[in-house]
Amino acid sequence: MQSTSSPTAPHLPTPNLSHLSSGQDYANVYEPAEDSFLLLDALEADQSLLLETVRPQLCLEVGSGSGVVSTFLAGQVLRTDSPPTDYNSTATLYVATDINPDAARATRKTWLQNGLPDHSLQLVNTRFTEGFHPRFCGTFDVVVFNPPYVVTDPAEVGSHSIAAAWAGGIDGREVIDQFLPMIPTLLSPRGVCYLVLIAQNRPDEVVSIMETHGLRGEIVARRKAGIEYLSIARFSWP
Amino acid sequence: MRLLTHNMLQCHVKKCTDPALNFPLQLQDIELEQVETEENEDLLLNLINKVDYNALTTTAAQLGLVGLPNAIPKDPQADPAFMTRLHEVLLETNITQGKMACRGCGHVYTIKDGIPNMLLAEHEI
Ligand SMILES: C[S@@+](CC[C@H](N)C(=O)[O-])C[C@H]1O[C@@H](n2cnc3c(N)ncnc32)[C@H](O)[C@@H]1O
Ligand SMILES: [Zn+2]
Repeated sequence: MQSTSSPTAPHLPTPNLSHLSSGQDYANVYEPAEDSFLLLDALEADQSLLLETVRPQLCLEVGSGSGVVSTFLAGQVLRTDSPPTDYNSTATLYVATDINPDAARATRKTWLQNGLPDHSLQLVNTRFTEGFHPRFCGTFDVVVFNPPYVVTDPAEVGSHSIAAAWAGGIDGREVIDQFLPMIPTLLSPRGVCYLVLIAQNRPDEVVSIMETHGLRGEIVARRKAGIEYLSIARFSWP
Repeated sequence: MRLLTHNMLQCHVKKCTDPALNFPLQLQDIELEQVETEENEDLLLNLINKVDYNALTTTAAQLGLVGLPNAIPKDPQADPAFMTRLHEVLLETNITQGKMACRGCGHVYTIKDGIPNMLLAEHEI
């Protein structure tokens, strides 16, 4: 989450974030950085998989922060002028959660600022998907999470403030390890999940853990940013 | 939040496990507004499979929103009046402030700036 070089712009335009200011909003909400942008790149690289095979009707972002990822997914990746299929992206419903109430508000601002319809985004201030009715088990076609992955003192984990954006405790894995067993309960039969990891989280080990849950895992993007070796893991049913 | 969001949420206090009581949450002291948006048939058809229709009609009745039939019509697409009313209730009815109380354990969740707060304290999880 260091940003020494300027962010690499994805090919599709990055959402407009001019309504968020460094002084005010980013004091309480995670400012999109290289990790966010690598996730955007991975989603963009999967655009045809998503439009032609997954054809998402229900998407979930855990920890939506500024909202840059969900807004990019909805406004750029899934909404194209020339859809390759009869997939109707305006019929897709988005769910975004964040433990930080300021982040949930920022997510809505970014969504609206980029011209997306208010009613297609369901925002909830919660941990992971706590409080969702169990009938939503196994119904999410796309699940994304850029988790707090930084190695920190375990005491820093579990706040509801800006520290929740990065504090990952031992090996940066504490929040990630709580989330991993949820992935198979969230994903629909054709669903795909994207998770941001750094080298200290041991991405290969995370992939093998998901294999024990019956999911196929793959590292679909890697980048060195400052001191961080970032990667994006993608999980789906075999 | 739209009534759709309300329809997706239930009480998740650890000891509150009776599905007849922990869902739907009881709306209280709410501020409602009607936000006009374009009707989208494909979105409604997508949502018909996802909403708990009984919970929706119960909640709508409590809010004085009339006009939804007791059951989803066999062929909803062929019933434009139903589709429009479903659109208005589910996607145009917006709750900006208020509370959601659990009928099982009494826990109260708040809605602020249109965003429901489902966070629980450590001992309630
Ligand atoms: C690294 S930031 C990512 C923000 C944004 N998605 C992005 O990519 O720029 C992590 C976000 O997850 C949230 N978060 C941390 N733990 C969470 C949890 N258990 N459930 C939901 N959100 C969580 C934080 O508040 C923060 O907004
Ligand atoms: Zn309860």
